[in-house]
Amino acid sequence: MLDFSVIWQERDTVVRGLETTLSLVLIAGSLSLLIGMLLTPLFFSRQLWIRKSLEALCGAMRCAPFLLFVYLIYFGLPSYGIELDKWTSGLVAMVVYNAAYMAIIFKSVWVELPTDSIEAATAYGFGGRKMLTKIIGPLLFMRSIPMVGNQWIQIVKDSAYLGIISVFDITAAFNSIQAIYFNPFVCFIAAGLIYWALCLLVEAIVHVVARYARERIA
Amino acid sequence: MNFYDYLSFAYGAVATIGVSFVAIVVGIPLGLGLALLRWSKVPFFGRVSYLYVSLVRSCPAVTLIMLIYFGLPQFGISLSPVVAALISFSITATAFNCEVWRASLLAFDRGQYEAAQAFGMTRYLRFRHVLLPQIWRSSLPGLINEMTLLVKNSPAISVIGLLDITRAAQRIGSRTYETVPPLLLALVIYVLIVIGLIRLQKRLERKIQLSEGGV
Repeated sequence: MLDFSVIWQERDTVVRGLETTLSLVLIAGSLSLLIGMLLTPLFFSRQLWIRKSLEALCGAMRCAPFLLFVYLIYFGLPSYGIELDKWTSGLVAMVVYNAAYMAIIFKSVWVELPTDSIEAATAYGFGGRKMLTKIIGPLLFMRSIPMVGNQWIQIVKDSAYLGIISVFDITAAFNSIQAIYFNPFVCFIAAGLIYWALCLLVEAIVHVVARYARERIA
Repeated sequence: MNFYDYLSFAYGAVATIGVSFVAIVVGIPLGLGLALLRWSKVPFFGRVSYLYVSLVRSCPAVTLIMLIYFGLPQFGISLSPVVAALISFSITATAFNCEVWRASLLAFDRGQYEAAQAFGMTRYLRFRHVLLPQIWRSSLPGLINEMTLLVKNSPAISVIGLLDITRAAQRIGSRTYETVPPLLLALVIYVLIVIGLIRLQKRLERKIQLSEGGV
């Protein structure tokens, strides 16, 4: 009953699922980080409507379950003439959904930045772009590392929802194996262990980046 | 959308809120228990609690619910979908709440606990009147945050055939060929649920402040 050798036999299927999940997580993780970073300054825009609409959008995203958003992209966009395949809809959903979360993270860190170092920088004549790239940017980056890491773990976990729109991710791969061999327990345990390994990997990367940032920046 | 569509939304909302509520009711005390095991450095069980939290926190809701619902019958334990959903969400909630409690236990000043010990307070008195009031106050925002996470993970119950808000919206959309309006309505319901939870947090915080002001 607890025979893991079947999974080894079916390793091609598992690898295919792993590839899908990894590619989605890697692309979505980095793109959402980038877009989130670009969105953050808009939270401090002088235009009231930009600020308000961004806050409303990100707020709504924070309340929406990921699956609901996937459905909006996968089933909703075709009625506006935009047809995406399963993998691309999954990716678009992940990027847009998590970009909002990343923007919220950066904004909350930005608000909490120590005012004295920014004032000191102003006193030394920093301003505009130089202020952003030399002072605010590095501080923001360093302080948001743990929260960004958490969000990446969330991305890994959310990717399992994409099986519902039949993207062939890890969970879907093991689901297809258990449908042939009738060994659901072993299959989903194995799937859980793979997700665990992925999350531990993310944590390790975050740890290394955080140490590097501490040595380099601070 | 007709009357029955609104009815299925209501049904979905009950399922979403019900599953999350039960999970929270189970998860808060069990999570506190696990956190205390680690805090008081109980030899073997402290490690077990750490491993449990690490494993469960990284397991996607969909995978866990499929493990419980499809995997357990192999051992002769057949569960109805509702029970499987409740168990799986309670397992998750326990792990997440454990982390929240642990954070406030770490911030708790151990000296106070030792002082209470020096005054001869029993273990129960120390826990109930020294430790719990303080960690309850500092955990509250985290616990409410975990509740919103649970609500956001509740669509996972649709993989074992239960009807939640998201699934209801998707079903209505595929029947009427108007996919976006029901999904947006679902979003509005989720926003209302989260706003409700935040209100609850504010209310509890005020209550705590009042009771402390009275003392």
